Amino acid sequence: MEKVYLTIVLAPLIGALVAGFFGGRIGRRGAHSVTILGVGLSTALSFYVLAQFIWNDLPVFNDAVYTWMVSDGIRFEVGFLVDKLTALMMTTVTFVSLMVHIYTIGYMADDEHNWPHGSKAGTNSYQRFFSYIALFTFAMLMLVMSNNFMQLFFGWEAVGLVSYLLIGFWSVRESAIFANLKAFLVNRVGDFGFILGIAAIAMYFNTMDYAEVFAAAPGQADTQVNLFGGVSLMSLICILLFIGAMGKSAQVPLHVWLPDSMEGPTPISALIHAATMVTAGVFMVARMSPLYELSETALSFVMIVGATTAFFMGLIGLVQSDIKRVVAYSTLSQLGYMVTALGASAYAAGIFHLMTHAFFKALLFLAAGSVIIAMHHNQDIREMGGLRKYMPITWLTALIGSLALIGFPGFSGFFSKDAIIEAVSGATIFGSGYASVLLTFGVLITALYSFRMYFLVFHGKERMDDHTRHHLHETPWVVTVPLILLAIPSVMIGWFTIEPLLVNDWLTSGDWHPIVVHHGHDTLHHLADHWHGQWAFIQHGMTGLPFYLAMGGLFGAAFIWWLMFARNPKLDEQIQAAGGPVTRLLLDKYGFDDFNQRVFGGGGQSLGNALWNGGDRLFIDGALVNGSAHSVGRLAGVVRHLQTGYLYHYAIAMIVGLVALLTIFVGL
Amino acid sequence: MESVFPLLTLVIWLPIFGGMVVLASGDRDTNLSKWIALGIAVLTFLVSLGLWIGFDSATADMQFVERGAWIPTFNVWYFLGVDGISMPLIVLTTFITIFVMVAGWDVITYRPSQYMAAFLIMEGLMVGVFSALDAILFYVFWEAMLIPMFIIIGVWGGPNRVYATIKFFLYTFFGSVFMLVALIYMYFQADSFSILDFHELELGMSAQVLIFIAFLLAFAVKVPMFPVHTWLPDAHVEAPTGGSVILAAIMLKIGGYGFLRFSLPITPDASASLDWLIIALSLIAVVYIGFVALVQQDMKKLIAYSSIAHMGFVTLGFFILFALLRHSGESTGAVMGIEGGMVQMISHGFISAALFLCVGVLYDRMHSRQIADYGGVINTMPWFGGFMVFFAMSNAGLPGTSGFVGEFMVILAAFRADFWFAFLAATTLVLAAAFTLWMVKRVVYGEVKNEKVAALADLNRREVFNLGALAAVVLLFGLWPAPLVDVMHKSVEHLVAQVSVCKLPAAQAADCLLARPAPVAFLAP
Repeated sequence: MEKVYLTIVLAPLIGALVAGFFGGRIGRRGAHSVTILGVGLSTALSFYVLAQFIWNDLPVFNDAVYTWMVSDGIRFEVGFLVDKLTALMMTTVTFVSLMVHIYTIGYMADDEHNWPHGSKAGTNSYQRFFSYIALFTFAMLMLVMSNNFMQLFFGWEAVGLVSYLLIGFWSVRESAIFANLKAFLVNRVGDFGFILGIAAIAMYFNTMDYAEVFAAAPGQADTQVNLFGGVSLMSLICILLFIGAMGKSAQVPLHVWLPDSMEGPTPISALIHAATMVTAGVFMVARMSPLYELSETALSFVMIVGATTAFFMGLIGLVQSDIKRVVAYSTLSQLGYMVTALGASAYAAGIFHLMTHAFFKALLFLAAGSVIIAMHHNQDIREMGGLRKYMPITWLTALIGSLALIGFPGFSGFFSKDAIIEAVSGATIFGSGYASVLLTFGVLITALYSFRMYFLVFHGKERMDDHTRHHLHETPWVVTVPLILLAIPSVMIGWFTIEPLLVNDWLTSGDWHPIVVHHGHDTLHHLADHWHGQWAFIQHGMTGLPFYLAMGGLFGAAFIWWLMFARNPKLDEQIQAAGGPVTRLLLDKYGFDDFNQRVFGGGGQSLGNALWNGGDRLFIDGALVNGSAHSVGRLAGVVRHLQTGYLYHYAIAMIVGLVALLTIFVGL
Repeated sequence: MESVFPLLTLVIWLPIFGGMVVLASGDRDTNLSKWIALGIAVLTFLVSLGLWIGFDSATADMQFVERGAWIPTFNVWYFLGVDGISMPLIVLTTFITIFVMVAGWDVITYRPSQYMAAFLIMEGLMVGVFSALDAILFYVFWEAMLIPMFIIIGVWGGPNRVYATIKFFLYTFFGSVFMLVALIYMYFQADSFSILDFHELELGMSAQVLIFIAFLLAFAVKVPMFPVHTWLPDAHVEAPTGGSVILAAIMLKIGGYGFLRFSLPITPDASASLDWLIIALSLIAVVYIGFVALVQQDMKKLIAYSSIAHMGFVTLGFFILFALLRHSGESTGAVMGIEGGMVQMISHGFISAALFLCVGVLYDRMHSRQIADYGGVINTMPWFGGFMVFFAMSNAGLPGTSGFVGEFMVILAAFRADFWFAFLAATTLVLAAAFTLWMVKRVVYGEVKNEKVAALADLNRREVFNLGALAAVVLLFGLWPAPLVDVMHKSVEHLVAQVSVCKLPAAQAADCLLARPAPVAFLAP
């Protein structure tokens, strides 16, 4: 199987290299063909691997490809761990990536218009874009298929690099290059914690290998570290690693980069900033479940951060008017749901939601992109409306995506979100009450912002200018086919996978447990114990509070932004005005950006200037270096008077000296 | 074991005599002189590869040893040899010199043959420093090295070159006179100038402390460590591109090499009691200099400060050993720390060279190093932009580039000694990314800033060769550092064993911070 796994990883890389270095020679067609071929091959093989796990009981693969280096007894290797969890991630990543590749043919077709006239930076931008997204696929696969912490960090930073390159893809736009620098730096703050976590593992386990660390972890469960007056080693490691996840998976307060990342072209917002890269943190924590299970402190921390993100970031989505930003805040909120599930030890539910979300959120982003194409790159939902009749496929698929997102019974998001809410309500660790309440009411918020956007875009009066309206039409097939192909799993994947994932312990059983859950933490067992099939689950769900909240949100949104809005086109502004300080707080995004800009951005520069001017220039160079040079100069100036050049001065000095010496010698 | 073929002699003297030939050929036929110079640089590199190929990484002994009488009266020998610590540095020297030749090809119009000759002579002297095993021979190479660099900055430098050269010269000279005193003192103790004999020398604590401080003054200036670093930004700013490349890529490494060859093995007990000083200065270099680099307006100054911050990792890695011993009683992690520091030195050689070449590319076209004069360079120089982003990412320690390897190893090693060491060191993840990528944002990205930027021409073949070759090695050692680390293992393990043993005379045994077991077996011949 090693050859298969190598092919899965290397095919996109080869595509990326060919498209990147020979893009000019092979042209657009060549570039998208070669990358789609590479990613397509990966997708097909990933599905093959998953099928082997499902039906043929494929053994877990855990082996090195090559030794990166050996130092001080620790082997640093590049290798693969492929188990059921990996296979699930691989198929999700490659499938969404393939859809995005196809979609990009349409979305980037006119990319030359996005560059200033005569700028060589835009040369072959189409080919370069394909090269980057194929490279991203490679990096993400290396991340999920890693069998050790070092390679995890490699993949972790490599996806960050590609994210940086893609957010700043339109590298002459000031907003884009601000956003990509911000994204990279905020992620680096997370990685700062992450690398310390890895260092702690290296110190206490003397290995980078997952399997060895997991095997030895229970033995370290009671180890205390002499830090901050003593903390448990496992809590320290887990929280440090989770700080990395907070960066990558955009959890409060390291979430600030994700909304800005929308400056990148929409296909990568779907692929990187919704479906795959931002879920790397969720995957990582699930992968590390044998460690997290050993620290309730860390689990509580994870849960509280996740729930905070889920609810409060969702609220911001309510006041956004840029179509991509609404979806971006929705992504933040949904990532919060996944992270909360992890905190409740419902790792399987977190991964389940990761998968369903990958499909419906990629779908929503791509649908938003389709709308943006039709609207000639106007992204303001206040200037849309009535697009339903111009773009039927986009409309229908967006509706499906929205229903899946709010957890409409039967859609994929319903299963995953209900499972999370149920699991969290069954959790007993510190913070679970808080998390449970926020997640439940988060459902209302989700439904409100989703359908606010949906109705403003697709229903009601057409508010765009005449020129745009005359040119409104459905997007080409390369755009709509991926929408349809993503809509299918958005509806059905939950129905078909909930049973193996959450009920039959597909991920938590076998000789090798991809996910480990300790007995006292098993918050999903309630769901499994009362499982009577999908229908029963849906019926049960329709009696619960989340269902009423979702429906309340859906109908509320329909009432406000469809019925009422038709009569009063100023309604949205009026509602926001009525919100007063609350609206302002939301529009300010709780002030995170201002704070960071002022304290870290401005503060860092002020400190740098102070150190440079005060330390280097004034003290070291001024006082010490040039100061001693000047002192020497001054001293020399004094001593110089001794060398007058007059013979009689020297003669006198000699006589005086002679007399003095004689006095001393004679006197002694 | 003495070498049959004088390979090291060849690597030292080939460029020195070659440089003289280039000098003699003069500027009558500039092209001829340039080709001779390049030919010699390439030949020297190829010859030095023989060191790598013939190197036996299974032993910590000195290899390619050559020994001949030089000044018998004072027992001074022409004594050469390399181990896993010096060999990679020699190959780095000969490798980087090629790029200096190529970079100066069309750019240096004032006395080009002398320019090239100066770098060739410089190359031989630097190889001499890395391979000398006799203290006087070392000292001669060490000081002689200043002369070509002094001339390079003084003749081909920028407007303020006189201040910079004097500052550079006095700073480094100030450090090295104390070293000379220490070397002479040890000669009287050991009755030999052999550095290997110095390693065996039993020294009392006060003598060790004085010797340690003398060495520290010499090496700290070269590295440079805070607070004796302020000559570096000035020297870089005034130096021509090639001068900056050699300065950053090789000369700074000589300081780091000195710690491994002299300070640690000769004065282990003083190192053990004063390691806090080095660690503190190293961490200050990472954090303090990181912030200072952030606000630089001049690209060369920014990269110079970045070099100081990166060299902080080198000294931190080298001196983490004693904290490890104190913390856990074991030296686990020390090998990784030292190897990490070594990898960081080699990698920084590539990356800083590449970054200075990048600045040189811009400077040759616009005659400005000010960040504010640039903006949107990618619109006219997309290939250059790609390289610049790549090397900036390497400078920020992105995994997959060689810049990551050393930092990663040092952070891992430092964590074993003290959480806070690793914590402060790891701030470089944010700081280095901030100052490097912010510069990239302002210089490379954005809209075309002015007419001059609009008129820029992209890289020519010569520049693509330079940057492309460096990018290739940065990637190679980032994706597979094993070959580099493997040649060091034995020598570094030997060093750690050597340094973990107390060297104080029996009378002072009570003061030993280090273990005092029986002499380690492999010290015997």
